[in-house]
Formats: sequence, structure tokens, C-alpha cells
Amino acid sequence: MGPAAPGPARARRGATASGRRGATASGRGGATASGRGRTARRLARAILPRLGSALLVMWLTATVVFFALRAAGDPLDAIMGGPGSQAGPEATERAREAYGLDRPLLLQYLAQLWNTATLQFGDSYARKQPVMDLLAANLPPTLLLATLALVLAWALAVAGALLASLGRGPVARLTRSALAGLETVASVTPQFFLGAVLILVFATGFGILPATSSGSSPAQLILPVVTLAVPIAGYLAHVLHGSLDEARDAPFATTARARGASESRVFLRHTLRHAALPALALSGWAYGSLLSGAVVVEALFARQGLGRLLQEAATVRDVPVVIGSVVIIALLYVVIMIVSDVLEAVIDPRLHGQADRRPDEPNRAGVAVAEGAGA
Amino acid sequence: MSAVSEAGVRASRVSRAVAGVGGALGWPGLVSAVLLACVLIAVAAPHLLAPGNPLEVSPSDAFQPPSPAHPFGTDESGRDLYSRVVHGARSSVGIGLSALGIGIGIGALLGFAAGLGPRWLDALLGRVFEVLFALPTLVMALLFIAIIGAGPRSSILAIGIATIPGYARMLRASVRGIRASGYVEYARLDGVSPVRVFARHVAPNSLWPLVSAATLGIGQAIVWVAALGFLGLGALPPSPEWGAMLNAGRVYLTTAWWMTVCPGLAIVATAAALTVLGRRLATGGRAA
Repeated sequence: MGPAAPGPARARRGATASGRRGATASGRGGATASGRGRTARRLARAILPRLGSALLVMWLTATVVFFALRAAGDPLDAIMGGPGSQAGPEATERAREAYGLDRPLLLQYLAQLWNTATLQFGDSYARKQPVMDLLAANLPPTLLLATLALVLAWALAVAGALLASLGRGPVARLTRSALAGLETVASVTPQFFLGAVLILVFATGFGILPATSSGSSPAQLILPVVTLAVPIAGYLAHVLHGSLDEARDAPFATTARARGASESRVFLRHTLRHAALPALALSGWAYGSLLSGAVVVEALFARQGLGRLLQEAATVRDVPVVIGSVVIIALLYVVIMIVSDVLEAVIDPRLHGQADRRPDEPNRAGVAVAEGAGA
Repeated sequence: MSAVSEAGVRASRVSRAVAGVGGALGWPGLVSAVLLACVLIAVAAPHLLAPGNPLEVSPSDAFQPPSPAHPFGTDESGRDLYSRVVHGARSSVGIGLSALGIGIGIGALLGFAAGLGPRWLDALLGRVFEVLFALPTLVMALLFIAIIGAGPRSSILAIGIATIPGYARMLRASVRGIRASGYVEYARLDGVSPVRVFARHVAPNSLWPLVSAATLGIGQAIVWVAALGFLGLGALPPSPEWGAMLNAGRVYLTTAWWMTVCPGLAIVATAAALTVLGRRLATGGRAA
């Protein structure tokens, strides 16, 4: 999917805001033994609201699905296989009782809330298997795919940014504009198209990689991972590129150069670190792009996984599986956001040993705008 | 004579304006603008670009690779893919625009409500937008399709609803930023009525980012809807819609590559052009 591209200018504004908050930083020496307790407290303060969000999204999902299903018609339709169902009235009545649809609406609603909160998703309508078993079987391949794709996307983005930031002169300028064009094309190329082209070139054309596979050997993973990673890499590179340009001539970079640090050391230890923060603030967006992409990539390469499970369940209106997948995806998001909070604290030296402020508070508005029009 | 010089002045003004626009857009912008003009012609008058009938079946011509007679080749029923891609612009762009309309319309309303309303409403809506970010666009769209069933109308609705939180969140942030700014405070201290402050200061300034977001958003909406079509959840195959054409081509990917590549390129080109222009708008004409 062409990642829903948030405005890059605003991502950079987030960077400026995050730059301002270093004004009172105590430096890296602040992270001492007594700082560890404060770190724990800060983590708790970062994690608790995220857990609250998880509960809220579960409640929203359960509520929206519950009422929308009933507003759109008889929920039994979905259970019995849609409008073209061949089920007789007797079987319909039996199903109505079995799924508790003959009980009062309020009781049904409370039951659904309780089941969602306790992760009891029931049995799949279509496959007659417990939803939990289906999720357990389909989550690991998607996690593997998404993790590899994220690592590759960051590697590509950083390599591109390094290439673009090194050297001056006409050749470097040409490389830079070529890279900028490549970033734009990569970030708007939908995964269903990119994947199809990769299959045509490497599977049909050269015949060196399998077109479809569910396995996890390197040869079977290369095409799906690349397909998933390239659009994300394009967008991350775009943001990195913007904030690197800003950081390259920042006082801390000039100081490091004046101390005699080599250009690559300045890049790795100073400017990249600074520029990575706005890109890291897009973790939520990257997660959305990875998961949306997984739906498409798994369908294209006929891979088993959470995305394919969700897509197939949506096609046949298998509501319990859809609810289960959506709740798991929301919970995963919470985990990702906690990890990105921790990473931000590790990368940003200005946050070391500062207990009394929430790491994400000052630039929250900036990030909100940066993440922009949907992931 | 004066008429001539007037015309000359006007002409030079026009040429300067054109040069100005060209300079502001840069060559990627110009290429994008030309591409978009082609797409717009295809939407408004597809017969000008492709006189053939996109639905005409001729089984003896099935699976023809691209050739002068069929620049994009033919599909499994011998239909001319070039005509289908050109005629498909109307429904693909139309579907994208409808989805964008739902997303940005409701999103803007909610964003304004949160940004301008009482504090509790802002806290509530802000929290809900934040939380809905946990559900990726396609995942949320699939959730709605599971509830209301598949089809072209459902995919518009599903993509529209799935993009609401993003737009609402963006607008809320920009409205809050503007509300806190100096000129709004001065206007308020000056005794300007809240309605006037909203109409003269808050709305125009917060709508500008929305224009660039909408330009980016059309391309994204087209891509999302095509993705649903590709998954077999959008328009039905005989109709010339880009996503549905991709879905039809999927089966023949290894034998008839042009069935996937040509409609795919149409989607990528449209989305890329809109993205380039949207980014220019976002940065006020400077290269993004």
C-alpha cells in the first residue's frame, strides 16, 4: 500500500519541538544508580496510559461490532452464511439459541464485553474451530514477516540517508536527487503492485525465487519481506532525509567535526541519532503500514498469517475471527508503542536520567500532526 | 494600439504566471501536473483518449500481449486493456473521491468539534482518535466489510470510515495550535465574537493543511480502494475499475503480466502525482 503519507514538513516541525526540549537536559551523566528507580517510574508512567488505550480500543471494537452488526441486519445471517443461506428455519432457531441471540439485548452486550475483555472469542463461524487456536497458529508467521520487513526498511532508509549525506559536489548532488525521487516512488508504490512486479521478475523471469510459499526459509521470505519493506523504507528515508539536512549543520555536529571526528562518525554518533527521533515517532504509522501491508502481501504470496486470516474472515463475514484478529492487532500496537517509547529514551541522550517529565509530552502535538492522515 | 499593448501585457503576465507555477512546481511537479491532467481528461471524457469500447468482448483476441493495435494488451475475454484502463479512471477516481469525502468530511467535523468544543469533549474525542490509531486502515476497513458485507459501496464506506480518525486527529491538532496562537488571543481580547474568530482566523488557517492532506488523501484513498478490489472485496470484475482489474489479472500473473502491470501502473502514476503535488502544497511550493 502506498503508506498513508503524513506531511513531512510537519514531521520536521515535531523534530524542532523535540529539539527545544533539550534546553534543560542534564547530560548523559545523569543516568546513575539512583536514576534506575526513576527510569522504572518513568516507564510505568509511559506504559499505564498505553494499557488504558488497549482496554478502550477493545471496548470500542466490541461495542461498534455489536451494534453495527445489529443495525446492518440480523446477526444470524452472518452465522448462517449470508443471504443465500440454505439453512431451514429449524436450524436457524437452533443457532439462535446456541449463540445466545434469543436473550435480551443488554445481556448479549454485556456478554460480548466480558468475552472480549477476557479474550474469549468463541468459535469461528466458518471453520468451527476456536478463534484462539486460529490466532495462535497465524500470528507467528506474520510477526516474523513484519519484524524482518521493519529491520530491512530501517536498514534501507539509513543506508539511503548515509549515501545522500556523504560528499559534496555535482555527483553527490545527482545521487541526492536520484535518491529523493526513489524515495517518493518507493513510498507511493502499493504493495500489491510491487509484489506482483517482483514475482514477475524474480519468479517468472529469472526463476530463482518461489512466487508463492508459506514457509520461512530465506528463499521463501525474500520477496514478501522486500515487498513489505520498500514502501516503508521510502517513507522513513523521506523523513530521515529531511531531519538529517537539518541536523547536519546543527551546532552539535559542527562541534564534533571541530573536535576532529570523521564525517561517518559524526553521522553515526550524532546526526543520525538526532534524525532518527522523528522517524521513530512514526512507529505507530509504521506499524499500521506493516499490518495493512501484511494483509495484501500474504494474499499475494499465498502465505499463512494473521492478515490472510483476517481477510478471509472478512470475506465470509466470520465475525468472531474478525473481532479476535482486530483485538490482537490493537494489543500488539500497544506493545509496539511501549517499545518505541523505551527506544526513544535510549537513543535521545537528553532524556537520560530525567524523571519528572513524560518523554512524549512536549512534541505530542507535532507527532499527532506528523502521523497525520491515517496509518 | 492600446488594446495590443494591453494584450501584450496580459500575455507576458500569463507567461510569467506559467513560469512562476513551473518554478514553484519544479520538474517532478510539472510531470505530475501533466499526468493528472491526463487522468482528469480520462475521467471527464474517456472517449477522447480511448475511442474503443472497454466492455467489448472478442474471444479470438484473448491474452494478446501489448502491440500497436492494443497498446496495453488484451484480457482473458479479448477486451482492450488500454480502453479499460482509461475508462476505469472514472470509477476508480470517483470511488477514491467518495471515500475521501467521507473520511475528510466527518474527520473535519469531529476535529473541529474536539478542537473548539468544551474540554471534556476534546479529552474524550482526542482519546478516541488516539486509540483508533491502534487499528491500521486496511484492518479497520476489513472489520467494517465483515459487518456490512463486500461490494463497491461497502469499500467506499469502509475506507472512508477507516480514514476518519487520521483526518480528525490532524485537524484537532492544527485547530488547537491556532487557538493558542497570538493573533487569535488578540482578536478575542479585542472583543471579536467567537463566531467571527472562528470564521476569520481559525477555519481558514486550519483548512489550508487540510487542502494538502486532501490532495495526498485522494491518492491514498484510490490505493486503499484498489487494495480492497485486489483482495476481491470491491467492484465486480466485468466493470472497468483498476482494483477489480488487478484482481482479475492476479490469476494470470505468470502468463499475462500486462493484465496486472498496466492497471497497476495507472494506480501508481496517479497516486505518485497526487503525492508529489500534495507535498508541494504542504511545504508551500518548496521542494519537499
